[in-house]
Formats: sequence, C-alpha cells, structure tokens
Amino acid sequence: MATIAPATEGLTTADGVSLKVSLARANARSRRRALLLVLPLLAFLTVTFVLPILDMLYRGIENSVVPETFTRTTAVIGQWDPDTAELPPESIYEAMVGDLKEAYASKSLGSAARRLNYDLPGVSSLFRKSGRRANRIEEGPYKDALLKIDKAWGEPAIWRLLHRESGAYTASYFLAAVDMRYDEQGDVAPQPEYRQIYLRLFGRTLMLSVVITVLCLLLGYPVAYLLATLPLRTSNLLMVMVLLPFWTSLLVRTTSWIALLQTQGVINDLLVLVGIVSDDGRLQMMHNQVGTIVAMTHILLPFMILPLYSVMKTIPPSYMRAARSLGANPLTAFVRVYLPNTVAGIGAGSILVFILAIGYYITPALVGGQSGTLISNFIADHISTTLNWGLAAALGVLLLGIVLALYFLYDKIVGIDNMKLG
Amino acid sequence: MALPLHASPLERVWYYTFRGICAAIFAFLIGPIFVILPLSFNAEPYFTFTPEMLSFDPAGYSLRWYEDFWTDINWRLAVKNSIIIAVASTLLSTSLGTLAALGLSQSNMPFRSSMMALLISPMIVPLIISAAGMYFFYSRIGLASTHLGVILAHAALGTPFVVITVTATLVGFDRSLIRAAHNLGANATTTFFKVIVPLILPGVISGALFAFITSFDEVVVVLFVGSVEQRTIPWAMFSGIREQISPTILAVATLLVLLSVMLLTTLELLRRRSERLRGMSPG
Repeated sequence: MATIAPATEGLTTADGVSLKVSLARANARSRRRALLLVLPLLAFLTVTFVLPILDMLYRGIENSVVPETFTRTTAVIGQWDPDTAELPPESIYEAMVGDLKEAYASKSLGSAARRLNYDLPGVSSLFRKSGRRANRIEEGPYKDALLKIDKAWGEPAIWRLLHRESGAYTASYFLAAVDMRYDEQGDVAPQPEYRQIYLRLFGRTLMLSVVITVLCLLLGYPVAYLLATLPLRTSNLLMVMVLLPFWTSLLVRTTSWIALLQTQGVINDLLVLVGIVSDDGRLQMMHNQVGTIVAMTHILLPFMILPLYSVMKTIPPSYMRAARSLGANPLTAFVRVYLPNTVAGIGAGSILVFILAIGYYITPALVGGQSGTLISNFIADHISTTLNWGLAAALGVLLLGIVLALYFLYDKIVGIDNMKLG
Repeated sequence: MALPLHASPLERVWYYTFRGICAAIFAFLIGPIFVILPLSFNAEPYFTFTPEMLSFDPAGYSLRWYEDFWTDINWRLAVKNSIIIAVASTLLSTSLGTLAALGLSQSNMPFRSSMMALLISPMIVPLIISAAGMYFFYSRIGLASTHLGVILAHAALGTPFVVITVTATLVGFDRSLIRAAHNLGANATTTFFKVIVPLILPGVISGALFAFITSFDEVVVVLFVGSVEQRTIPWAMFSGIREQISPTILAVATLLVLLSVMLLTTLELLRRRSERLRGMSPG
C-alpha cells in the first residue's frame, strides 16, 4: 500500500537525511560556533571584571570577622533576649573573657574591634583595654571581673550590638551608606544630624552631574548644529577641534585647567594684568565646585557633541526650509521642527555625560577641593585612608545601582548596538 | 549653512552672533590644551606665563623640564611600565574582542542583546567601582600589585571599545564573500585570514587604538590595583600634581598631546580607507 508523504518530508539531502533535520543541525552548529567565539571573552570578563564587582557586593554585607573572633560568645549569645533590660547571664560573660584572651593573643582583636566601632563609636577602645587585661582573669565570677575592667560591660547596648552582629552578614554598612543606624534599642533610625553626610553627598553628586550635563548640552548643541550643517570639508576640519580633546589624556586636560584656574594661574594673571581684579583679590576658581564644574564640562563636552552630531546629520535641511515656506518664523521652525527631531541625540548625549559625570574621580580629586568632591572620592577615601572597606563597598553598590538604571534607560532609548565611537 | 541673499537684518545679526558663540565654544574646547604647550618651555618653575615669556625674551624659555623628564629615573620607569602594560593589554583585549564581535554579528546568536550589554558594561560601570572591586578581588587571588593584575584589568576595560568598533565594521560586511571563499575551495582558516581579516582590519585597528589609549591614559585602576612598582605615566602625573607640582608634568602633558594628535591622524586615515573599501565616498 503506497502512501504519499508530504512534500517537505520527502526532500532529503544527498546523504539521505531529511532536509528539515539537516537544516536544524546546520543552524545548531552555527549557533554553537557563534557561542564558541564569544565564550573566551565572556570567561575573561567573568574573572577580571564580573567577579570583582560581585566581590564588592559581598564585602558590603560581609561580617565574618565578628563571629570568627568571638567564636564562643556568638555561639551562646542567642540564649540572651536583647529586648529585656537585664544583663546577659554569667555563661556569656565567661565566653567573652575566653574570646578576649584568645583574640588578644592571636592579635585578631584589633580588626574585630574596629569593625564593631563602626556601629557603636567608642567600643574599639573598650575591647582593646579589656583584651589587654583579660589575661589576668583566672577564674569567675567573670561578670564582676569584666565590670571591674570597665563599667561599660554593664551596659546592655554593647551586648545588643554583639547579639545583632553575631551573624556572618550585616546590614549596617548599607544602613550607614544611607545615613541610617541601629539605635540603642536596636531599631533602624536616622543618624544624628552631624553624622549625616552620605545622602547629602549623593545629592551633591547628582546635582553637580545635572549641572555639568546641562552645561554640556547648552555648549554642545550649537557646535553640533554648526558641524552638521556646514559643508563636509569645513566641518571635518572643525571636527578635529572636538576630537583632539576627546583623544587627549584626561590628566593632561586636568593639568591644563589647574594651570588656568589656580590663584597664581593664567586666568587670574590675565585679569590682574587687565585690571579687572586687584592682585590681592585674585579669584578662587579651584579647589571648589567651580573648578569641578568647569573642568568636567570641558572633559565631557565631546561625549555630548558626538551623539548630537550623528543625529543632526540625519535631519534633511529641507525640513527647515519647508517649515519656513509654510510661514513659520525661524524660532518657531527650530522649536517645532528641528528640536523634536534631535530629541534622541539629546537623550543619548545627556545620559552618557550624566553616567560618566556621576562616577568621576580623578578630576574632582585634583581640582575639587572640599566642596567639589563627589561620591567617588569618598569611596576611594574609605578604601585607602579610613580602611572601612565595607562602607566603601556599600556606597559603591548604591552608585552602581544608579548607573545601571541609567544604562538600562540608555539601552531602551538608544540601544547599545547603536553606540558609536569617534 | 550659508547666509541666504534674502536674509533679513535680524537674521544677519543672528547668523554672525551664532558663529561667534560657536567660535567661543571651540576656543573653550581647544584652548586649554594649547595653553600648556608654551608653558612647558617655561624657564621658571611656575605654572603660568612669566613676564619674560610674555615679552618673548629667549631667556624666559628653556628645555629644562624636558631634560628633567628625560633624565629622571622615575619618569623613565613610568614610560616603560606604561608601554608594557598598554601593549600587553591591547593585544589581549583586541584578540578576545575581535573574536567575540565575530560571534556576536552572526545572525543566529542566542541572547544577543543581553550578551552585548554584559560585554559593554566595563565601559559603563564607573571606574572607581571597577577599581574598588578589582582591588578587593585581585588581593584575594594574589594579582594585586603585579604587572599581570594591571594588564588583565586594563584588558577588561579595553574590550568594549574593540567589540563596538569591530561590530560596527561587520555591519557592512558582505557575508556572501565568505560563501564565495568556501565555494572556491578555501577552508575556514584560509577564509578567516585571507578574506575576513583584511576586510575588518580598519575596525580592528581602530578598536586596538581605543584599547591602547584606554590603558595608556588610565589612572584609577592603576592607583588601586597597582603599586609603586607598576607606576605608569598617568600615575606619576596624578601623584605629581598632588604632591610637588613641577612643570615637568607640563612637558609630559605636551608630549602626550603630540601622541594624541598622531593617534587621531591614524584613525582618520583608517576611517577614509574603510569607507573607500566599502565603496562609500571619502568624507
């Protein structure tokens, strides 16, 4: 009995495999090949870039130094209820004395004390002092012995702190990064007024980034328009003036601004020479926000001009001519016809400049002084000077969150595939 | 944008005002870079023009800061380190980035856009965050304060530029050329080196230049991942500006401006070649 197979199933390749199967195989093969080509870079970036970022995320919550140093105490402190006004039982004091002795001998007490000091300023010296003297405690009652070393051991706040931070992870770095802390009762509360610095700093960073972005847009738009409308020969020549700063070392440009802006610098000398300011009244343009804004606007301006230019290049000049011949005056024609056509470029350039500005470190560090520093400078400071790596990591993660949200927005508006360089 | 003959007086005024504004902005862009060129020939250890310089007195000018740069052992070490690190990381990021771009531009690449977003991210993540993360992680695995650590870090920062430029070149790439090569008996390797590479070479080279300048100009990651042993030119400039400010930095800066002029010229020539190859009119 002969059956007639559907035409597609009947078609086979030379070696007898159905065409459908063969095509699927070929597709799978080329997909595998494409993946294989990308794989080396993916693996490389995972090790050199992604894992470091994840490590930073982890450092923002990591707390192993406390349970590792106070092994005995963290094991038994769960028996005590931190909500009562009573002090912990003798067994916990005994465990603490044991931990203090061991940690002092192995010299690991210092880092644990510093870690707990971030949460409760002042406990560092208490731990150091008690560690030194704990060796003399031979036998119980341990509670009285510790109280004799320092009365602070009779305050529930210290035991609440140990109870709360006995785990391997902590939320206190992230709380500190948004100006919050645990209060005496262990509830989350705002930091006292004089210690609230990070939210204000984030605010300043965002504000300065907005100012720089707006300045870049105001300066970049006319230049991009000129470049897009001039004949190609002239605009290519002028383009060099945009590309040369773009390609010049960041430190070279920052150095130039130092030479220009400092009190004994070129601009002040010029102003004194012309007689606008007196020799004693030289302007302070560096080591403040003015320095940061001027230098960063200069450095980031090419990142605004280039995307604007590439969008403006695609707008046919006939649009404006049509608007004019339909009776619009130049201003109306610009606002109603030209400007809406450049919105994509404005969005792309602004987000790019904003993303770059918000994470800037070098230029503010050199010309920003006290009032012109950004969140990055504090992160760097916590890593290399105060050594509070947990707080640095938590601040970094918050900054990263802002930038990734903007990156996502950029991807939605412009598309990463459309990113162009040079 | 020539001024039309029928322009009204108001339009004429605006036309010249607009040109004036643009000229001022161009001056703002380029002025600071050129200010340091004459300053680097200052005979005095100042960061500004001395009266002798302004009156064009030859005594006001000297090459002492260039001499200083040339003879100082620390600057020499910085130049050597910069070149070693930049060349090694460029080779690494260019080879990995080009392969990845070839894979990404295949039509049936799975998860294309999310993969692209991940590969571009080293360019987007603020340098201070990359630097902090690398410092934490590289200390764990013993790569901190080594040349290798800095090279790997810089290579990671440079790959997005290579991926972007090579992918852009591949957009205009005629895939039938590959089939034609296969048809004429070339195997995959021959096709790659004889057909694909020559065509995408301009993109690869400009990507490599971007990667090179990224590493050569990078300071935040070196400051954290590296130590004095790995001091590069930007490292030395940064600490120089912070500690004792000397016009030697201006001399170095002038040399770096010359380097960027050379790079810019190379890129422009490459762009023209690429457009010619793809049959577009030279810009």
